[in-house]
Amino acid sequence: MASRQFKLSDYKTDVHNDWCPGCGDFAILNAIQMALADMQIERHRAVVFSGIGCSGKTPHYINVYGIHTLHGRVLPFAIGAKLANPSLEVIAVGGDGDGYGIGAGHFVNAGRRNVDLTYIVFNNAVYGLTKGQASPTLKLGLKTKSLPKPNINQGINPVMIALAAGYTFIARAYAYDVKHLKDMIVRAVRHRGLALIDVLQPCPTYNDIYTKEWFSGLDRIDPVTGRAIPRVYKLEEQGYDPVVHNPDDEDELNAKMMQAIAKSKEWGDRIPVGIFYQNEHIPVYEERISSRIPDYLSNPPALQRIEDGNHNPYADIKRLLDEFRVGTR
Amino acid sequence: MEVVNRLNWVTGGPQGSGVDTAANVFAKACALGGLYLFGKREYHSNIKGEHSYFSIHVSDKPVRAHVDPIDMLVVFDLETLFRHALHVVKDGIIVYDSSIEGSIDDVPTLEKRRRDELRSVLARHSLEGTAEGMLKLVEMNGVRLYSIPCHDLLHDIASKRNDPSLSKMVRLINMMMVSASLALLEYDQQLLVDAIRYIFRARKSIADLNVDAALYTYNYTKARYANTDKEDGIGYRLIAREFRDDMLLIQGNQAVALGKIVGGCRFQTYYPITPASDESEFLEANELLDGKGSVVVVQTEDEIAAVAMAIGAGLAGARSSTSTSGPGFSLMVEALGWAGINEVPVVITLYQRAGPSTGLPTRHEQGDLLFAIHAGHGEFPRIVIASGDVEEAFYDAIRAFNYAERYQMPVIHMVDKAIANCVTVCNEFNPALVRIDRGLLLDSVTNATTSTTAEAVVVDGRYSRFRFTGDGISPRIRLGTVGAVFWNTGDEHDELGHITEDPDLRIRMMDKRMGKLDLILKELSYEEQAMVYGYKSDATVISWGSTKGAILDAIDMLKARDGIDMNFVQLRLLHPFPTSRIASLLEETRLLIDVEMNYSAQLAKLLRANLQRDADYHVVKYNGRPMSSSEVYEALKGIVRGSVRSKRVVLRHGV
Repeated sequence: MASRQFKLSDYKTDVHNDWCPGCGDFAILNAIQMALADMQIERHRAVVFSGIGCSGKTPHYINVYGIHTLHGRVLPFAIGAKLANPSLEVIAVGGDGDGYGIGAGHFVNAGRRNVDLTYIVFNNAVYGLTKGQASPTLKLGLKTKSLPKPNINQGINPVMIALAAGYTFIARAYAYDVKHLKDMIVRAVRHRGLALIDVLQPCPTYNDIYTKEWFSGLDRIDPVTGRAIPRVYKLEEQGYDPVVHNPDDEDELNAKMMQAIAKSKEWGDRIPVGIFYQNEHIPVYEERISSRIPDYLSNPPALQRIEDGNHNPYADIKRLLDEFRVGTR
Repeated sequence: MEVVNRLNWVTGGPQGSGVDTAANVFAKACALGGLYLFGKREYHSNIKGEHSYFSIHVSDKPVRAHVDPIDMLVVFDLETLFRHALHVVKDGIIVYDSSIEGSIDDVPTLEKRRRDELRSVLARHSLEGTAEGMLKLVEMNGVRLYSIPCHDLLHDIASKRNDPSLSKMVRLINMMMVSASLALLEYDQQLLVDAIRYIFRARKSIADLNVDAALYTYNYTKARYANTDKEDGIGYRLIAREFRDDMLLIQGNQAVALGKIVGGCRFQTYYPITPASDESEFLEANELLDGKGSVVVVQTEDEIAAVAMAIGAGLAGARSSTSTSGPGFSLMVEALGWAGINEVPVVITLYQRAGPSTGLPTRHEQGDLLFAIHAGHGEFPRIVIASGDVEEAFYDAIRAFNYAERYQMPVIHMVDKAIANCVTVCNEFNPALVRIDRGLLLDSVTNATTSTTAEAVVVDGRYSRFRFTGDGISPRIRLGTVGAVFWNTGDEHDELGHITEDPDLRIRMMDKRMGKLDLILKELSYEEQAMVYGYKSDATVISWGSTKGAILDAIDMLKARDGIDMNFVQLRLLHPFPTSRIASLLEETRLLIDVEMNYSAQLAKLLRANLQRDADYHVVKYNGRPMSSSEVYEALKGIVRGSVRSKRVVLRHGV
């Protein structure tokens, strides 16, 4: 095997990490860095975009281009950069409040475009950085410890929303299964199209319900083995096939969507992780642009020549000006 | 008396009935004949049925604005007659479809207040509130009436072409009436034909049909009215002249789009909004550039996404922009601050319309000046420029990108509905006159150790996106540049772009960013900051944006008719405020008149804040209609003659 050019440590910065001890975000950060090392992505080619919140700090800890944007706006920033230069490897990260709450409009509309990028949502069901308010995924009636009253809103189902919106890769992972999460990230990055990974991420400070212990099933010990029965299980271990194989087979497509919906509703004692749905037959936005602008990929907006080397404009508008000439018949 | 080649021509009709097409044919015919013109479109926020109208001010000298009195009104529906007939001048012309009949109450789209008014005007003259009554009234006022039996003519055309279905093609009536008006003006028939063929160039069979109908009507009109014309000695003639082929007939939104193409804009985002969308649609229609290159246009889910995507593309290294109007700009404000603190070049073309909120969505205002300058929480640098006319809009669109990259900050290019939707004959845009300045954008990085050189970008393996430099501008690279990485954050940051809350670093970063505003004032030419026009005088009109045309025309009218000299200072750079340039331009001014299309005289507030100088008079307008040169002329004359009592003059013209 050829020696690996980039080590895991190459993707780490020396910026002091100020997340709470025990935060699930550390695991996600590690998994992203491991995935980058796994795929040997050159540092200059990768851009990690983030929204606002604890997860928003992620790019500062990763030694690739890192853009920490606005609350809820990570997807449009990331899409803008990706479409301006489609050779960039773009990973967007953000919290569940960021993506499913304030950024919900962008979350849904990104599905219409199917831009080739990966979106990792750190889903802990609370707004951590503002001290534990209920987020869009917290279920009705739950009262995490910093809430003055039980949650008055229902929680949304990110998998179903992503499916309805048009995401072509929809996965869920659990932060503390770092290896599986890393695999999901690699699969998502390699997927051609818009990929969502909803990561179940315990917030040790504000979410005292969905804790690491709860996910691990420490409250339910198998009487036979004496071991905890984990709540999280892997879809792939159940023979679940998320992939749409034949784009012309409407029945297959429906079946794949229906099973994703059914699986997305499982919660409580058994929580599936893994790829729920994958369909690579939908053209990505970059291809749609290319069908209108043939040299789009080789001469994208960010790299186009716009002056001739002597500061003179490169674009020729003579034909267009002729259209408007007073004497044009 | 005969008036040759000076005419204010107006037509109107229900939206969706082809009023624009008819007016475009008239404008093109005039342009082909070497005439100057300024065309103004007025329309409701509505798809079909409400009244829209088009006024075209034609002259053999350059015209820069519309005027109020109508010389020739072309009527093919009842509402146009009721709305506009009373504005036709004595000895002016109304040419109308003879089948028009009905009463004021048959026009539900006419506001009740207007209907009551018209009824009482007609009643005062013992006339019925009908088309007939209205025609009688204007005839009493000295207006000349010419009726055209459009339906009969349509019948003739149908049988001539052996196609009975044509007799129901009422859309042809617009073209027939335009043709009748040009026949009355004795304008060259061939130019009319050429204009129709140009406007319908994509659909030859429709062009043929329209040409047939137009010629038939032209000949009918000429035959029927040629003699009466001579007897009455009526006054208006349009005579074609040699045209200069370095002139364009073009709209403001098209000028901005062309400027963006020349200026290197390769990524444009937008969310549909009047009156900004036309520009983005033009860019999309012309996305493939001649030679090599393209403009990627993305229609986003909202304006927040539009500005965020444009900023993302800017980070990647594209010249990128978004175009919007006030409501959309309101949504963009948070991201504007992000671009400011992260020193990202991005251009926002702000097509103002009457606010607040949805306001008058298809009408005019310059109400967003202070908002554009102050939009956003906290303090960050930006540049705000404003174009005064279509030609300026082209060059300013290019300049905006140069500023954005040279100074690494968002640039807001202000235009408005008046510029966006007007059509005018102006000088050809000359790309050879412009330069592309990408500032400190580097295609690649050079490495060094601390000891070797200060010029190196990557020092000891680190690239500092926000390196402190003498003038506050740090070398910038694109996302994806080999051999470096950088970070951005909406938090305060250090030179690398990482979050900091260090109080000393905060001061240095604020000083770095805000200091760039002083650099801008040092580097921009006087002409880029403000222009001065008109005649040497100690009386000065000061304004910004699309009022320029009406002011220049009004100043010329003052000189020609009344011998009054006045000059005009036009601000082109609104932020940072060009204090010393303006102070020097106003040194000799004893009478300062601020003219702007908003309620609170926003530019005057900037003058007060920056120059500690109050304007002596404020001429403002906020009825949603643009300033006409006629009303600006009246206001300025009143002020000079001392007949204006109040410091504040509110203009009210417009239908």
